[in-house]
Amino acid sequence: MTPTLFGRIQTRIFLVAVVGSLWTLLITPVLPGGGDDGVPYAMTFSILLVVGVAGIVWEFVYHALQQFRWEKDWPTLLSLVTGINEGLLAWLIVAAGFAPGIDDGVPLAAFLVHFITTWLVIFLYANGPMRVPFLRWRYRGGRLV
Amino acid sequence: MSQQQPPPPAPPGGTPAAGSAPAAGDLTDQLIATSIWTDEMVAGAGIPIIDVPLTSVGGGIGSFVLADVLRIAGMPAGSMRALGQADRPWDTYAYLASVSQIPEPERLRSDAGSTPDNIWGFPSFAVREAFGARSLTGFIAPLFQVLVEPILTDYYTPPAGHVYSGMQREADRIGWWNMVDKGQVRMIRRRAGGGYFTILTPPAGTSATKRVAYRSLHVHTAVGYPGVRFLRDLQEYREKHQDFTRVVNAYEPHEHVYQELRKRPGTVVVRGSGIVGSRILQRLIDDREHHGAQTTIIHLFRNFVDGPQGKSIFMRRPGADGFAYQGFNFPKAAWGGQLKNRLERSGPEERKELIAQMGGTNTPKRKLWQQQLAKGRREGYYRTHVGTVTEVYPGDDGTVVTRIDTADGVLEVAANYIVDATGLQADIGEHRVLNDLLEHGGAGRNAVGRLDVEPSFEVRGTRSGEGRIYASGSSTLGGYYAGVDSFLGLQYAALQIADDLASQRFVKKIGPVRSTLQWWKWAFNRKVSS
Ligand SMILES: Cc1cc2nc3c(=O)[nH]c(=O)nc-3n(C[C@H](O)[C@H](O)[C@H](O)COP(=O)(O)OP(=O)(O)OC[C@H]3O[C@@H](n4cnc5c(N)ncnc54)[C@H](O)[C@@H]3O)c2cc1C
Repeated sequence: MTPTLFGRIQTRIFLVAVVGSLWTLLITPVLPGGGDDGVPYAMTFSILLVVGVAGIVWEFVYHALQQFRWEKDWPTLLSLVTGINEGLLAWLIVAAGFAPGIDDGVPLAAFLVHFITTWLVIFLYANGPMRVPFLRWRYRGGRLV
Repeated sequence: MSQQQPPPPAPPGGTPAAGSAPAAGDLTDQLIATSIWTDEMVAGAGIPIIDVPLTSVGGGIGSFVLADVLRIAGMPAGSMRALGQADRPWDTYAYLASVSQIPEPERLRSDAGSTPDNIWGFPSFAVREAFGARSLTGFIAPLFQVLVEPILTDYYTPPAGHVYSGMQREADRIGWWNMVDKGQVRMIRRRAGGGYFTILTPPAGTSATKRVAYRSLHVHTAVGYPGVRFLRDLQEYREKHQDFTRVVNAYEPHEHVYQELRKRPGTVVVRGSGIVGSRILQRLIDDREHHGAQTTIIHLFRNFVDGPQGKSIFMRRPGADGFAYQGFNFPKAAWGGQLKNRLERSGPEERKELIAQMGGTNTPKRKLWQQQLAKGRREGYYRTHVGTVTEVYPGDDGTVVTRIDTADGVLEVAANYIVDATGLQADIGEHRVLNDLLEHGGAGRNAVGRLDVEPSFEVRGTRSGEGRIYASGSSTLGGYYAGVDSFLGLQYAALQIADDLASQRFVKKIGPVRSTLQWWKWAFNRKVSS
């Protein structure tokens, strides 16, 4: 899929809200570092929200960078490695206490496992199975509506 | 949208309707001269009429891909007839690919997601190649390549043979083989009262009459390339000297060139710097490297691209050594990203300009080709000249001489062979059916001179009652979509046509639920219900 700006934003919202949420539901109970009570859902969903909202801002950056590419595409590898900058920023936001509902920090191990697995699940879904229900998505630069 | 109005009922199963007069079953002067035909005129000429809701002229990959989408959208197999000459939808493609040096084991030109056997593009050819592999490296290599393309590696492209076997499987699954009638289509004419007649000339001896008429509500055309285009100077030479051995086109069989050059050292002039040119160069150098050929290659450029092209840094195509580089015949985003949007929003003239800027002659920057040409330059067997050819004439010892006007004066190059790798396109007017559509069917040309189509790929001006004519493939270049002549472009066109037909309730719209259920069937190779 070669994204347009609106396509990026729509796809991002869908992937985080649907795929990311489903995965977070599944993975939260088994995340490390949460002590006896485990990591609360409020924490992981708050992180997901941060990734979603910051992600929309990132999409503008990526879209701007894409303008320097003749093919106006966004190679698969880039959509994988941008997990690094996005993960770092999300961690900084969470550590600085800007994530809603998280006051006393997040265990790093929990953050890492949650973020990395969510990123990979979204990456794999977007690079294949996403096309199954959304037949026209790849011709529309990632727009769903 | 209004309801469809099918042509009057006819004997079921497509039994020929009896003609009133005992005519020969051939076209009459009256039919040829009349743009809109009545049922009586056709019957009067003794041409049997077969009723079917939709015909697709061509029977190639474009027809096949449309049939695939429509079958998945719920069309019964009996509602469409593909009319063409080839036995299998990919035959014409496979022929052109193999003469232009893409035999079955070689990789063709489109990406992993351009899957003419699967409307979703998932699983891609790369994933399927991985899961079909017999070794760990065979498994990892294609997946790694699609992960890092085009940054760290060349684009993944599937082996031609995989694409053919995929289409074979899909053809079996959708019941394609019962949807085809063989023969040559002579013309499509509008029918008084709505719909169209498509006149087919079946192979001699297979039908009682010379022609058969298909009476349909809608028609689709995907006739591929009108013909092979030769450079004028080469055409003149061939005709004047009746020499079809030493001056050849890359799109006609020319294996003798390579066989001869393996036996004795020789010189070849290659014209054309697109992907076919690259393929020819690869073959010539492969033969040097693996079969002891001693060929000297003289590559002629009319326009030599010596660096990136384009005024704006936001619209600058990479280029070097004479070649303009991009992965596919258009930049990737022309198939479904911001460049597609831009084209859709543009007016006719702007579209023409944008298409020229994005397309034109170009070739992928593949590692193997870069290495081969670099070595050829170093060792002196690959040389380039830039200029305009003024004449081609016979030289001594059975050579052909090319006279070129270069910046440094006139140059004469004697060679054993000249390979023209400049193109396949010819004017759409050279195709009999398309020309007839322009003359009698109400069709017009777009800014590029090809068939003028709507975003839905309906041919403008050809409506007949509720009936519509659609076109896909190279004949529609210049419209709202650049990559029309590619697997993905044919699939896009098919989807647009299916959506347009769905809005007329000809088929169902493929929404997320239908799409998913149908994909499931595809994955388990379940037949599409008839
Ligand atoms: C060498 C080469 C390599 C290519 N490689 C790729 C690639 O790797 N990836 C990609 O995406 N695209 C590729 N393309 C472009 C394009 O996808 C193919 O050419 C594709 O086959 C086009 O499909 P089509 O249906 O338009 O034409 P075709 O597949 O050629 O089918 C047209 C059919 O119509 C028939 N026909 C024409 N006139 C009549 C008539 N009057 N009556 C009956 N039948 C008629 C012809 O016999 C032919 O069988 C390539 C093209 C060429 C030439």
